[in-house]
This record gives sequence, C-alpha cells and structure tokens, in this order.
Amino acid sequence: MIPMVVGAVPFGIIFGALAVSAGLSPGMAMAMSLLVFGGASQFVAIGLVTQGVGVLLIILTTFVLNVRHALYAASLAPYVKRLPQRWLLPVGFLLTDEAYAVTIARYRASDTSACKHWYYLGAATFMYVSWQLSTLLGVLAGNQLKQMGEWGLEFAMVATFMGIAVPMLVTPGMLLCGMVSGAVALIFYDLPHQLGLILATCSGIVAGVWAGYCYPVPVKKEEHL
Amino acid sequence: MSDVWILVLGMALVTFLSRYPVLVILGRMPLPAPILNALQYVPVAVLTAICVPMIFRPGGEWFLDPTSPYLAGGLATVLVAGYYRQLLLTLLVGMSVFFLWKWLWYV
Repeated sequence: MIPMVVGAVPFGIIFGALAVSAGLSPGMAMAMSLLVFGGASQFVAIGLVTQGVGVLLIILTTFVLNVRHALYAASLAPYVKRLPQRWLLPVGFLLTDEAYAVTIARYRASDTSACKHWYYLGAATFMYVSWQLSTLLGVLAGNQLKQMGEWGLEFAMVATFMGIAVPMLVTPGMLLCGMVSGAVALIFYDLPHQLGLILATCSGIVAGVWAGYCYPVPVKKEEHL
Repeated sequence: MSDVWILVLGMALVTFLSRYPVLVILGRMPLPAPILNALQYVPVAVLTAICVPMIFRPGGEWFLDPTSPYLAGGLATVLVAGYYRQLLLTLLVGMSVFFLWKWLWYV
C-alpha cells in the first residue's frame, strides 16, 4: 500500500497546483478531490477547463474515463456481496485504481480471513487521506509548483502501475492480454476522449480470454502484492 | 464561477454512479462464470493500456531514442517488477533510472 501512496502523492500535489493555476479557487480544487476522488479524471478535467471546454462535455469525459471503475466494481462484487449495505457505500465511494489493485490481490489470496474488507477500508482510507493532503499541499504551493509535471514525476504512476501489472503476467492468458492491450493502446493513442484506452482494455480482455481458453492453466496461481 | 460547482458535483455524481450501483447490483445477482473469467483480465488490460503509451509516446509524441528516460525507466521497471515482484523496490529502481537518464541526457 505504501508504494501506491508514494506514487499518488506527487499527482495530488501537481493536481492541486494545476487546479489553482487553471483558475479554480482553492476551495473548489479541494472540493473536487474530496467529492470526486478520481486522479485521472480530475487531471483530464483541469486540462479541459484550461482549454475552455464546456462543463457538460467535461462531465461526459469523466464518465467515459470511469468505465474502468465499473469493471473494477464488477470484479469486486462477488467478494463483497455478503457485506451489509452500510459497507458497500464506502467501498463504492473509495474505489480507485490503487485500492482495487491491492484489494483484489488480498481477496484472491488463498487464506479465508473474514476481515478482508477491513483491509480494503484501511487501504482505501489511507489513499483518500493522502490524496486530500497532497492536493492541499499543491493548492498552497500554487503556481510555484506548476513546472513539477515537467520534471517527469508522472513517471511515478507508470512505475507503480507496471509494478502491479508485471507480476500478474504469470499465465499465457495474462501475458497475451497485457501485450495486446499495450499494443492497441499505443496504436490508438490519438483517438479522442480516451477511446483508445477503452478499445485497448477490451481487446486485451478478449485476447486474454482466448489464450486462457487455448492454453488452460491447471492450477490458478495468484500473486501477493 | 458558479459553473465550477456544477462541474465538481457533476463529476462526483458520474464517478459515484460508476462505482457504487455496480457493486450493489452485481453483489445480489452473481455473474456467470465466463464473465468472471473475463473480469480477471481487467487489471492487467487497464494498467498496461495506461502505461505503455506513457513509455513510448510521453506527451503524445513518439519517443524511441536510447536516451529516452521513459524508455529506460520503463525497461528497468518491467525487469525489476518481473524478477523481484516487489512493488516498492520496483518503484525505487524505476524512478532512479528515469531521473538518472533525465539528468544524463537532458539537464
């Protein structure tokens, strides 16, 4: 979990700084982090605000970007279905790339602990609090940190996500899934509104299912993070 | 800028709607096995789709030069992640190589 937060903190800071320099009031920048809590969509939104794109189109873009959250939720659903209703609200609200990645690994671990949802809540809350604090830091530092993006701190996200994905490539299906998804994402990068990302994800899944069907793996091996 | 409030609330709404209802509905009616099988590929598919373009086309432009910090850092990240399978180590080595390349060729 700690590496996730290390990876996310620079983004929170940069987001806060960018939001303020894009003309959002400090309060609005904080409100976005507190209520939306979605790193990628917040960045895209600020970029679009800077370009003068209309509110409705930005909300629509956010929706497109969030299709992956629905996929995460669908993948987590079987594990949390026994939880009482009051649990599902925070689980849903706090669902991010990072929280999903650490939690799905925990849920798939072979032990049958009944407290895995506490693990999720702890990890996700930690993530939420760090996101707020780092946004605040960026808002306070304001324009002085504008060039932070140019230092290349965005590479922290690449390193974090690859650090999660690569150890999962242990079956032919996973391997082909990653290769196809990466190649399609690269080729269709220029499509508007992150359509390339969605296209890549779908082709990766199809390729993975196909390879898994052709080369079934007798014992499913899951990795711990 | 009262528009900003609409923007923030609208974004919050669509984000929440993509997370919570899916969780509740699918928790009540479990998915058939083929779909569950497909869902296990979601994380790898999404994460590589986000990362690969950032390594080969940082900022949108192709950058296929041995001096590219993104390429060198990406390669180091993949190697360390595949061999050691430890996230913190991966992050440290990947970032170090990235900044070293940046410092060597672009400072």
